[in-house]
Amino acid sequence: MAGQYLNDSLVRWPSKSLTDIPYDLFTSKAQYELEKEAIFKGPAWHYLCLRVEVLNPGDYVVSHIGETSIIVVRNEQKIIKAMVNRCAHRGAMLCQKRSGTTRKFSCVYHAWSYDLDGNLTNVAFSKGIKNQGGMPGDFKNEDYPLRRLKITEFCGLIFGSFDEHVPDIETYLGPDVSAKVKRVLNRPVKVIGRNTQMLPNNWKIYMENVKDSYHASILHLFFTTFRLNRLTQSGGIIVDESGGNHVSFSVLDKDMSNKAYEEDDVRSDNSKVKLADPNLLEGVDEFGDGITLQILTIFPGFVLQQVRNSLAVRQVLPKGTDRSDLVWTYIGFEDDDEEMDARRLRQANLVGPAGYISMEDGVVGGFVQRAIRGVTEDHSIVKMGGEEANSMESRVTESPIRGFWKKYRALTESFNL
Amino acid sequence: MSQDEIERQFHVQNLNARYVSTIDNDRLEDWPDYFTEDCLYRITTKEDFDEGLLLGIIYATTRNMLIDRVTSLRDANIYEAHNYRHILATPLILSDQEGILKVETNFSVIRTMHDGDSILFASGRYLDQIIGAGSALKFLERIVVTDSRKFDTLLAIPL
Repeated sequence: MAGQYLNDSLVRWPSKSLTDIPYDLFTSKAQYELEKEAIFKGPAWHYLCLRVEVLNPGDYVVSHIGETSIIVVRNEQKIIKAMVNRCAHRGAMLCQKRSGTTRKFSCVYHAWSYDLDGNLTNVAFSKGIKNQGGMPGDFKNEDYPLRRLKITEFCGLIFGSFDEHVPDIETYLGPDVSAKVKRVLNRPVKVIGRNTQMLPNNWKIYMENVKDSYHASILHLFFTTFRLNRLTQSGGIIVDESGGNHVSFSVLDKDMSNKAYEEDDVRSDNSKVKLADPNLLEGVDEFGDGITLQILTIFPGFVLQQVRNSLAVRQVLPKGTDRSDLVWTYIGFEDDDEEMDARRLRQANLVGPAGYISMEDGVVGGFVQRAIRGVTEDHSIVKMGGEEANSMESRVTESPIRGFWKKYRALTESFNL
Repeated sequence: MSQDEIERQFHVQNLNARYVSTIDNDRLEDWPDYFTEDCLYRITTKEDFDEGLLLGIIYATTRNMLIDRVTSLRDANIYEAHNYRHILATPLILSDQEGILKVETNFSVIRTMHDGDSILFASGRYLDQIIGAGSALKFLERIVVTDSRKFDTLLAIPL
């Protein structure tokens, strides 16, 4: 029994505390298998794509939930559907292209075809040839649809779930996190670019990183030096009731001195660095609330980013215990004028694989992954800002990381293999 | 090919050779000098390029933005020591009009980390607009179109 094997090698938590995180969570193959069932097929919402990517009937995108390939398509009735990208016959992948427009999905292996709702519409040679061969008389196409997913749309984001019992999206997010999604995605968006960063670490190490406001101004010198984000700015941390979703935001205070950093002699304060072309950071308060940075996560692997006028969604996909893909989709709004288009392109330098303030996140994850190889005896310490997973004003906290583990434990520890 | 065309080909090849030598031998401070003061340097993927999406993984519209890129790599950004080895194909001159050479050059870049791990980091083509005469050529535009949409860990050093 697979279950027997898994129970023997699952990670053991040292206590009920959310502050001690065993390192083998990031290396254990058994834990990885458990996550596939309890999280990726469990009662969670998984980001799939943007509404704008499947705007017209027949438009489809191939996305992923965990390692499972998923087709998202708008059907003839203009309703968005999602199903596993796997022929019901012998398991071959149906769509090879990342996106496109089609009237049906047809398997190249034996030409089984499906409509845009995933219904099996045609089986090649189902009646045989010259009354020889063919499918049994009781074979019915309607018994063999593609495996369908539950779908929801929120602010132009499409999420899917294998679990019918997943709560509705706004309940899942909680009111405060929902409000911060609405704050940014308040009108139709357009895609301005896409790429993927292959990270040398477990997907959860990246999620810890992106929920970690404590590191932001210490690891990322660019941020600090140019006063894009400092822990001394005003702002706050929101962690929803479940723990799994969070928002970190800051409001730029132009009068703030560098005093706190100078006193602590933090490595990242290097006042010599000056921009030869300050136009890079020229920004506008497009949401009218002074918030210059907002990082928002939705459990398990979704990030919505506003860094000044650079907007992006990021999808974190597991690729084995020690690899993950960070799929970037950079966006603007349909009604952006030329000036705003240019601004978003300039500010995109801040993020992505070559991002002034994000390239280090590809590196530190690898530092952790390499240092915990084969370790079963130790755990990390996540105590900054207390032991709870609560919202707070101070961003010198690891509260959202504790929230992540609260949600993670709720799903994995209650799961019966 | 006329004598002029042979010389033109030679100078473009020489420009490319000097450009990659500058990057591969870690003389990044000299890298912005290959560009005009107002310029376009953009790294994009084939997918984005074909779709007409304008995002740059690195995006600069002035030489000063390139200088800032180098300053940030030297003083601000954290990444493990590594170097590139650019392998270039012969540049193909597509047009020569109104003082602007349009050139396409295939490239591959092998990345070697400080611990010796070596991978094919990127392949693709340079789409250039080059101005100037003789050996004093500069890039008005260099669009780096990578074949893959995926980048291993990070992209620090420019392509």
